[in-house]
Amino acid sequence: MSDILVSEQSASGPGGSGRPSGRLLEVDDLRVEFRTRDGVAKVINGVTYHVDAGETLAVLGESGSGKSVTAQTIMGILDTPPGFVTGGQVRFHGKDMLRMSDEERRRIRGEGIAMIFQDALSALNPVFTVGFQIAEQFRVRRGMGRAEAKKRAIDMLDQVKIPNAKGRFNNYPHQFSGGMRQRAMIAMSLALDPEVLIADEPTTALDVTVQAQIMDLLAELQRERQMGMILITHDLGVVADVADRIAVMYAGRIVEEADVYDLYAKPAHPYTMGLIESIPRLDEKGQQLRTIKGLPPNLMNIPPGCPFNPRCPMAQPVCRETIPPLLQVGNARASACHFAEELVNRV
Amino acid sequence: MGRYLLRRLLQLVPVFIGTTFLIYWLVWAVPGDPFAGKCGERRCPDQYIAFMTEKYHLDQNVFVQYFTYMKNLLQGDFGQTFSQREISDIILTSYPNTLKLAVVALAIEAVIGLGAGVLTGLRRNGFLDNLVLVSTLFLIALPVFVVGFVLQWLLGVQWGIIKPTVSSEMRWSELIVPGFVLGSASVAYIARVARTSIAENRRADYVRTAIAKGLPMRRVVGVHLLRNSLIPVVTLLGTDLGALMGGAIVTEGIFSINGIGRQVFRAIITKESATVVGIVVVLVLVYLLMNLLVDLLYAALDPRIRYE
Amino acid sequence: MSDPSTASIVSTPGAHPTDSAAPATAGQPQSNEKPRGLLADAWRDLRRKPLFWISATLIVLFLLMAAFPALFAPGGDPETGALSRSLNKPSAEGWFGYDVQGRDVYARVIYGARASIQVAVLSVLGTLLIGGTMGIISGYRGGWVDALLSRIADVFFGLPFVLGAIVILTTFNGSGSGNSKNKIMGLVTASLIVLSWPVVMRLMRSSVLSTKEADYIVAARALGAGTGRIILKHLLPNCLAPLLVYGTIMVGSFIGAEATLSFLGVGLKSPVVSWGIMISDGQQFVRVAPGLVFFPAAFLVTAVLSFVMLGEAVREALDPKLR
Repeated sequence: MSDILVSEQSASGPGGSGRPSGRLLEVDDLRVEFRTRDGVAKVINGVTYHVDAGETLAVLGESGSGKSVTAQTIMGILDTPPGFVTGGQVRFHGKDMLRMSDEERRRIRGEGIAMIFQDALSALNPVFTVGFQIAEQFRVRRGMGRAEAKKRAIDMLDQVKIPNAKGRFNNYPHQFSGGMRQRAMIAMSLALDPEVLIADEPTTALDVTVQAQIMDLLAELQRERQMGMILITHDLGVVADVADRIAVMYAGRIVEEADVYDLYAKPAHPYTMGLIESIPRLDEKGQQLRTIKGLPPNLMNIPPGCPFNPRCPMAQPVCRETIPPLLQVGNARASACHFAEELVNRV
Repeated sequence: MGRYLLRRLLQLVPVFIGTTFLIYWLVWAVPGDPFAGKCGERRCPDQYIAFMTEKYHLDQNVFVQYFTYMKNLLQGDFGQTFSQREISDIILTSYPNTLKLAVVALAIEAVIGLGAGVLTGLRRNGFLDNLVLVSTLFLIALPVFVVGFVLQWLLGVQWGIIKPTVSSEMRWSELIVPGFVLGSASVAYIARVARTSIAENRRADYVRTAIAKGLPMRRVVGVHLLRNSLIPVVTLLGTDLGALMGGAIVTEGIFSINGIGRQVFRAIITKESATVVGIVVVLVLVYLLMNLLVDLLYAALDPRIRYE
Repeated sequence: MSDPSTASIVSTPGAHPTDSAAPATAGQPQSNEKPRGLLADAWRDLRRKPLFWISATLIVLFLLMAAFPALFAPGGDPETGALSRSLNKPSAEGWFGYDVQGRDVYARVIYGARASIQVAVLSVLGTLLIGGTMGIISGYRGGWVDALLSRIADVFFGLPFVLGAIVILTTFNGSGSGNSKNKIMGLVTASLIVLSWPVVMRLMRSSVLSTKEADYIVAARALGAGTGRIILKHLLPNCLAPLLVYGTIMVGSFIGAEATLSFLGVGLKSPVVSWGIMISDGQQFVRVAPGLVFFPAAFLVTAVLSFVMLGEAVREALDPKLR
């Protein structure tokens, strides 16, 4: 499989408007595979995206599309084995993190790049108080004393709008409600004032009403702190208000990348179209919901050609033979479809 | 918490009575003539028989006997041996020795077992992992008397590294090998439980979080991973302390340690019924209380567990 | 495959073998792509393990030894000796040498397998039967029955194992040594069972409790299946795996326990031939003839190890988490 074209794309790719190396965080042609007893699964097959200070990139995809694995690779928390990085770079301020020493990488975690996990209940250590887990960072990373660290931790809990922050400092994670727990998780990840925040499905485990509150909080904090944010989600509804750009992933590749407005108005990839059409809409009440037929490919045995071709309503013979590279279509957007131009130019 | 404790204590009572009654019944009532073989080869002197019958109400049924005995016991009266020695004396002189041995065994379990478990749990399938797996298998499979006998023979007799038996002073250094023998199977269990626990928790989400926070590996493992993985290990150690003190018969016999196990064995063989029951009562009590303590410890270690 | 993220990626839904999918539905054809049950999976895993084959082979050897000792020591006589050969060193004639009474140690070690293994296997069967039954009743019935049986189990569990066995054996094995061979063996077996059944009961009870509320059991009950049928057809097959593993390991530890009791002089006694008795008898001559202790101990340890190893191998194969 030779889809190196994608990496050549990155320089002139979407959003690449004249800032050659000033990028905050760049993922460049990243490749990851999982070696299991049953075979090798190619989980990430040349992913390229970037995020700059003050902007939010949403990475959209079904489970198994590789969006979380990409994030784990950036953070350096990929389980090895079974996961192995087989190619590409992850550059932070232009420096490839995959070639850094363990110590160098550790220093970036928390201070440079921080992460919020999907399920705060399992992501927080059950046997330590929430306060301890936040204050721990001030003590270990900033060398603060116990009292000062506690003060700062309570301040962080306040910033994420946890009522009675002082009183809750000594509570354990299981004593928090789901929404409060996710707020605590956010407080913890922001403690060291990171430049980039990766939020991996931050609202999936929550009630719908709480979801909106958490997303609002995240958006607010991102604006205030001018962070770069990578928002990983499978929910198109979540991203619309928050994201500046959206990258859609399928079978370990970026299949489309565009501004939020462009993407919603005129998707340039049949997969994105399918996703948008499968959102239930009030004005089409009563009609049958449209879905994408079939299942994502088995990553141990990805079909030749475009990985989406077996499910694609527009598939042509060429789709079964050649992998479409991620190419620029129109203004500041890219699509990995042989028929991207037609899709964009349709009326 | 208080109510839970009370309920558990109340639950202990029938178990305590059941176990001690079982032993009482076995040593006093089952053999028919309670004095058969109790005074060596000869028949017991009439005076002694009369005294014991009076003291233990042997002319009444076993339930009356048992509860009279228990009543005396609760007042601190363990009774006397047939040579008129106070049984409480025997217990008081031998129990500290067993406790000392058990503490050494526990320390060895904690250091070796936990050390091996943590190292192999972090690095599975390496050389060390396989070595520990094989050696724990051996320790679990070998009966204690074989381990004790072999170590005593090799280290004590053949190579002369240790003295084959422990002196009456019970120096700590002398107790290392007997302590290892006593705890040999438990060392293996601790190592395996710790290994599994570490290996399971190592992939836990909160460990990932701790790494993502940029904590040094030392702290991720030493604080976040260990604290969670230790919960089953600590409870196992606690239960073991209760069990060790009852299981020291073989070890104490091999290394000639004047402990409770050796005393109870001697008492059983010489048909010293009063001594047997007295010691068993103490052992069972300690065992049950240790188990209760472990339950409480469990709640202290894992904040998610609250007893109501 | 334990990593959740890989699991969701590499498998199509329904292809994962689960606990409930295995024995209960094994009889029906499944339309999944891979019609593998838990047991078939475990067997596939087991076949590849050298540890499994080594221990299984050894166990077969020991069982043969127990059943047909003459096969291994043709013409050997474990009981009569000639004092002229007392404490002779190993030779072509007597491979393992001769003991203080001039008896052939090799023949004795071979013939010793019978008593040790017989006692261990019978005790395990008894323990599984009693403990298993109690556990099923306790777990299935619940309520006061459970409370009562659990307390009774606690009573026996509270007795330290060696201590309890010594008391029982000295009480019933009396002063006289005139007890017949079968009676002593029966007593040792009985005392092992009496002191071990609570463990099996707890195992079975928790196993029943955890499967009792499983959807397919509830469904069977809703369809009107009787208690007996539910236990036999649904509960038992699911609880069997841990019981099987524990039983195998227990055979090993009971061989060791029997030897311990014989070593202490309260278990089997001469003229019965067993490894424990040989070690006990031989220890006073260990300086002049270490073989008297070494050979029975080696057989004892090997036998215990093979059963424990087999149990471990089966457990690992049955535990999908360890794959």
